[in-house]
Amino acid sequence: MSLDATAAAEILASRKRERLRWLSVSSVDSLISLGGFVMLALVWEVAVDLFKVPDFILPAPSAIAVSLYNGFASGLFVYNFFVTAFQTIAGFLLAAVIGTAIGAVVAQFRIVERIVYPWLVALQTLPKIAIAPLIIIWAGYGIGSKVIIVALVAIFPVLVNTIMGLKSCDQGKLDLMRSLGAGRWETFRTVRLPNALPFIFAGLNVAIVLAILGSIVGEFVGSKAGLGNLILEANFQFDVARIFAVLVVLGVFGVVLSLIMRMAQSHFLFWNKSLS
Amino acid sequence: MIIMAAMAGATPFIVNTHAQKPVSAPVVTLNDVTKVYETASGGTVHALSKINLAIHGAEFVSVIGASGCGKTTLLRIIGGLEDGFGGELVLSGRKGGGPSRDVGIVFQDANLLPWRSILQNVLLPAQVLRLDKQASLARAHELIELVGLKGFEDKYPFELSGGMRQRVSIARALVHNPSVLLMDEPFGALDALTRETMNAEVLKIWDATKKTVFMITHSITEAVFMSDRVIVMSPRPGRVIAEVDIALPRPRHISMLSEEKFGAYTGKLRRLLDVGTD
Repeated sequence: MSLDATAAAEILASRKRERLRWLSVSSVDSLISLGGFVMLALVWEVAVDLFKVPDFILPAPSAIAVSLYNGFASGLFVYNFFVTAFQTIAGFLLAAVIGTAIGAVVAQFRIVERIVYPWLVALQTLPKIAIAPLIIIWAGYGIGSKVIIVALVAIFPVLVNTIMGLKSCDQGKLDLMRSLGAGRWETFRTVRLPNALPFIFAGLNVAIVLAILGSIVGEFVGSKAGLGNLILEANFQFDVARIFAVLVVLGVFGVVLSLIMRMAQSHFLFWNKSLS
Repeated sequence: MIIMAAMAGATPFIVNTHAQKPVSAPVVTLNDVTKVYETASGGTVHALSKINLAIHGAEFVSVIGASGCGKTTLLRIIGGLEDGFGGELVLSGRKGGGPSRDVGIVFQDANLLPWRSILQNVLLPAQVLRLDKQASLARAHELIELVGLKGFEDKYPFELSGGMRQRVSIARALVHNPSVLLMDEPFGALDALTRETMNAEVLKIWDATKKTVFMITHSITEAVFMSDRVIVMSPRPGRVIAEVDIALPRPRHISMLSEEKFGAYTGKLRRLLDVGTD
């Protein structure tokens, strides 16, 4: 017993050490990354200036920075950012909720699986984005159509991973519940669902990236506002600096979203060994 | 010590008679229990053939036998985890299979739910069986202390060693206060040293709780060291070849492993197992 106790204390201590080391390594790493970024911007700036590259081909980082500032100062970027952000997040949440729900029903009931699975397999190979023009026709140019497109694009990884996660439940844990006479619903909520969470999160991580993609492509196909719409507009005006400025906003948005996802994941899956 | 040779054709013979006689009525009775599996290819596999067994209150019974002799199937039938079987099972006065709240199972893997703290894991049966929360909580704390994990209540399974996890699963199997504790090779996944410690610990727990224990093991030494009675099973189809009463004094201590009497028992069981595999 005392042997076990000291072993556990040691495990905890080594985990702490690992975490500390990871922190210091990550801060050094991020400094290096930042340095690389600054270097690239400098070389870019000098090269554009030196070779007199016209603005409509490749603007200098300084021009992009100015365009970025103007975009936010005029409120243009702010409004369009919120449109795209809303579409992306609403569509993603829709995909997450519906994907998990359908996945759960498919995994729990054999009849549903028989009916739904062939469709899933067929639809999975189809590039979902190809349906975007149809959705625009059916749901119009507003935000609603984009939310639907995002949800459609993002739902598949969630759905497939949920089914996989729910089915991968270890028989020993199920036997344990069965020996206690637990019902199907009780087993689902106490064992199967939490057991599937690592899979579901893996699906959500893919879905969040696809959600941004769906949002922008949806706007390309037909929209009145949004960052994708801004890119199209700037494209028509040969305002390449603005295109880059919008891309910067999109990039930051994507990074923030995946950071939030990662935080949610480590909050809900702290117990999952394969993560640490 | 009584050896009942239930092999086909062999007549039971009495070797020795200074065994402790069981005093209480059987808690678990198996009458002609038979289990036939259907394989995917349409054939049938006889896992168990006419098992007759009576396990008495507070008795510690072990089962040994070659891999695939149906030991686990037998345990699963008693634990209500096998759907159809022939013959009759009477558990705590109730006939038929199916889950019983009078049984606690310790599996080979601890099967802890990794997202639950140790305390929450121990409380799982209480939750599923809708037992009184206050009483269960008190009992869970008591059991965690009994298995030597006081102070680990709020830790999570990933923070524990294999031996500690198995202790948690023992506490969990006892939290709803069942009269029968089924253990399916509970120490099979542990290293030899941890295993020895756990054997002694489980005996201590058994002494403190007076449960009826039915344990499957691969280790003859473990079976002799822990049990009142060792049941020897033949390879498939699983039959009871012999029942050997272990008349070693209790409490048992690791030092007994080197005693001559202990060696006599392990030798006898070894020979019985060899007969079974022929």
